[in-house]
Amino acid sequence: MLRRLFTLGIALAGTALPVWAGKAVSLLNVSYDPTREFYQDINTAFVKYWKTRTGDDVTIRQSHGGSGKQARAVIDGLEADVVTLALALDIDALHDRAHLLPENWQQRFSNNSCPYTSTIVFLVRHGNSKAIKDWDDLARPGVSVVMPNPKTSGGARWIYLAAYGDALKKHHGDDAAARQFVEQLLRNVPVMDEGARGSATTFVQHDIGDVLVAWENEALMIADGFGRGRFDFVYPPRSILAEPPVAVVDKYADQHGTRALATAYLEFLYSPEAQEIAAKHYFRPSLEDVARRHAASFPSLELFTLKEMFGSWKQAQKTHFDEGGVFDQIARGRR
Amino acid sequence: MKPLSRTTSRSAPAPLPSPPAVKWSLIALAAIFLAIFLLLPLINVFAQAFARGWSPFWRALSDPDTGSAVRLTLMVAAISVPLNAVFGLTAAWAIAKFDFRGKALLLTLIDLPFAISPVVAGLLFVLLFGANGWMGPWLEAHHLKVIFAPPGMVLATLFVTFPYVARELIPVMHSQGREQEEAALTLGAGGWQTFWRVTLPSVKWGLFYGIILCNARAMGEFGAVWVVSGHIAGETDTLPLRVDKLYNEFDPVAPFAVATLLGLLAVATMLLKAFLDWKGRREL
Amino acid sequence: MTKSPAAAAEIAPPSNPLPGFNLTLGFSVVYLTLVVLVPIAALALKALGLSWNDLWILGTNQRALAAYQFSLTASLAAAFINALFGSLLAWVLVRYEFPGRRFFDGLIDFPFALPTAVAGLTLANLFSAHGWLGRFLVPLGITGAYSRLGVVIALTFVGLPFSVRTLQPVIETLDVAVEEAAACLGAGRARTFARVVGPTLLPAALTGFGLSFARALGEYGSVVFISGNLPGTEIAPTLIVIRLDQYDYTGAIAVALVLMIFSFALLLTLNTLQGWAARIEEP
Repeated sequence: MLRRLFTLGIALAGTALPVWAGKAVSLLNVSYDPTREFYQDINTAFVKYWKTRTGDDVTIRQSHGGSGKQARAVIDGLEADVVTLALALDIDALHDRAHLLPENWQQRFSNNSCPYTSTIVFLVRHGNSKAIKDWDDLARPGVSVVMPNPKTSGGARWIYLAAYGDALKKHHGDDAAARQFVEQLLRNVPVMDEGARGSATTFVQHDIGDVLVAWENEALMIADGFGRGRFDFVYPPRSILAEPPVAVVDKYADQHGTRALATAYLEFLYSPEAQEIAAKHYFRPSLEDVARRHAASFPSLELFTLKEMFGSWKQAQKTHFDEGGVFDQIARGRR
Repeated sequence: MKPLSRTTSRSAPAPLPSPPAVKWSLIALAAIFLAIFLLLPLINVFAQAFARGWSPFWRALSDPDTGSAVRLTLMVAAISVPLNAVFGLTAAWAIAKFDFRGKALLLTLIDLPFAISPVVAGLLFVLLFGANGWMGPWLEAHHLKVIFAPPGMVLATLFVTFPYVARELIPVMHSQGREQEEAALTLGAGGWQTFWRVTLPSVKWGLFYGIILCNARAMGEFGAVWVVSGHIAGETDTLPLRVDKLYNEFDPVAPFAVATLLGLLAVATMLLKAFLDWKGRREL
Repeated sequence: MTKSPAAAAEIAPPSNPLPGFNLTLGFSVVYLTLVVLVPIAALALKALGLSWNDLWILGTNQRALAAYQFSLTASLAAAFINALFGSLLAWVLVRYEFPGRRFFDGLIDFPFALPTAVAGLTLANLFSAHGWLGRFLVPLGITGAYSRLGVVIALTFVGLPFSVRTLQPVIETLDVAVEEAAACLGAGRARTFARVVGPTLLPAALTGFGLSFARALGEYGSVVFISGNLPGTEIAPTLIVIRLDQYDYTGAIAVALVLMIFSFALLLTLNTLQGWAARIEEP
């Protein structure tokens, strides 16, 4: 009996070996959290495109999670062929900490390696009973705000900087006032999930919070689709232009022999077909005519850039998000 | 060391029968508690899976990523359960049939994985095999992947399910003593012969018991595997991890659809256990 | 362990005649070392290489303390509920005959057989506002999902078999004569239970309590689904994962060390208890 069990075990292990050893032609795309549905469609389209162009079959594997966390995973050995993360800084870390790609990675694709852009908006429960219209409303006492953890999530860092930046503009550059505003806002946050999708789950499935501060694509996807009738999206008058970049991870792509495929995959993101898919998933396309065609789906709002308010990601990270930075100081009890 | 979940299921009525009122209200209370607390959750899994009809259920199950999760789960169990079963047999033989100093220590060490939270277990392997771990640089140099890959998940599962078979076998072998084996030896049987022909058949129910429990735990493990997995859909997601992933994708049916597979595993485990109980008692 | 004198005299060698001691013990120890001891050593070594000050601060800061406190109280509550209902269930299943008894007895093993993630998923769904139980309970103010109560419910679920299964064998082997004697001496049923039966069951009940407590302390999978991730519902294993997500290895190791040390102490206590219970069982 034991003998039989043993042989069965070896046989089963054998059938799973292909899983273990890795498939012939495949790419691992390590992405941030709210892009799951988007890449499902992109990957289907790309597989078809690649088959037509080269006759080869290709498989794209996806991993999703908070951008910061995903970057650390790649540094720690998660062998991504490409990364499609929430902010340039997280990809810079791949160079700085582990030399996985060259320093000038961002110049290798158009638009600073950003095939699409996005912004930060609010999602409220249908009827908006707490009358949330602008960033200030998030700091009001009695308002419960859901957002992810800036220590792990790229979206959360964009959110934090959007709030901070808006306050800076409102108070004419007064840093102390902006800091106080963000502190009050953070006090209204009952829970910080690891990634944007986790926060969305908390807000949508667990019925926690009055407002979800989220990526524009996530908010629109929920309000127009799954949560139609239960949630409304609210655009503040002003928000930050969020630029999530993409990159080939040279070291792993070369090791796997997938560099050409990886480059083609990222270039595909700029093609009209992919840009249409982006617009369908509520990302703002970088391709001019596609953007123009879908202008109506994206309400207008004043967008400021990170560069204009904070100089650079490196500076913002150092000041606000590093160990002991402003976020640590004002969210003292949260670590 | 007590066996994990020995049930004899025998009824042993009291010498003083209780008044019917007491008896039946206690039974009712127990039945209600069990129905709400155990039966209802099980039924709910299937109810939610079919809440929107057959089509979404089938769609969730036929997703290729779900198929990969099934294969990965089976592979992890197929490796860890036999290994731990062999260990269980050898450890039980050494402990139950011989006297030696340090036996108590060995028993406690075998119990260690029970005392360690699965999350901590996963962390242990990250510290050992992760890029910054003890053996990280060596693995990197040889292009071997353990963490964020199936081998890490097998190791974590191996750790967590380590004591299950041993714990079942040791008391069983202990209570059987040495007489049968000694008798076989006097009759001229060799060591291996004795083991295969005498010992093994007499502990086979305990062995199967332990294997079933070990398997249920191996296939259902979540915490330890969560920490060492790369969360790559189709590659490093076991069934329980897949349930978690689907839960975060706003589909109300999909996580339950995949959960039905695990629910069926649970039912099969319980049925097998009951069968073994019955067989074991018949042979007493 | 008894050696029948006759057999021993026949076989002659004073030492154990059974073969394979070195082989089996050797293999067991090597396997144990590789699978269990080396990983634990990795933690110890890594911890030694870290700053003790950092470890201390991160292991005892406000958030960590809150997590330990909730872990302890929720696990104790779960173990207590299990002790209560477990005793009832064990008693009913052993002492009474009724239709469906076998079925209910088999059902007890369900939490052992069901993966924890599925347990959390289905319990959370049951008690949520739209769930079968929640739709009645939530209006009454009883939120069994995404709340502290939810965590206790999940921990009770996973530990239930322990209390029932440790008590059943003991109830089965209760010496009926003692109960009869008590009855002859005029003790009522309640008195008999309190003074005669109860104390005999106590060691086993305590063991069951301890086992489900230990189980609850380490539980993670089901809590993930039912806790809602709110700071007040954070147990120690969750904090470890959160810190790992942030790549705060020092912080994760600090909490892991505290958990491990506590669990080891608990394990030793339980083994002693089980020894005590075994001695009481053997006449």
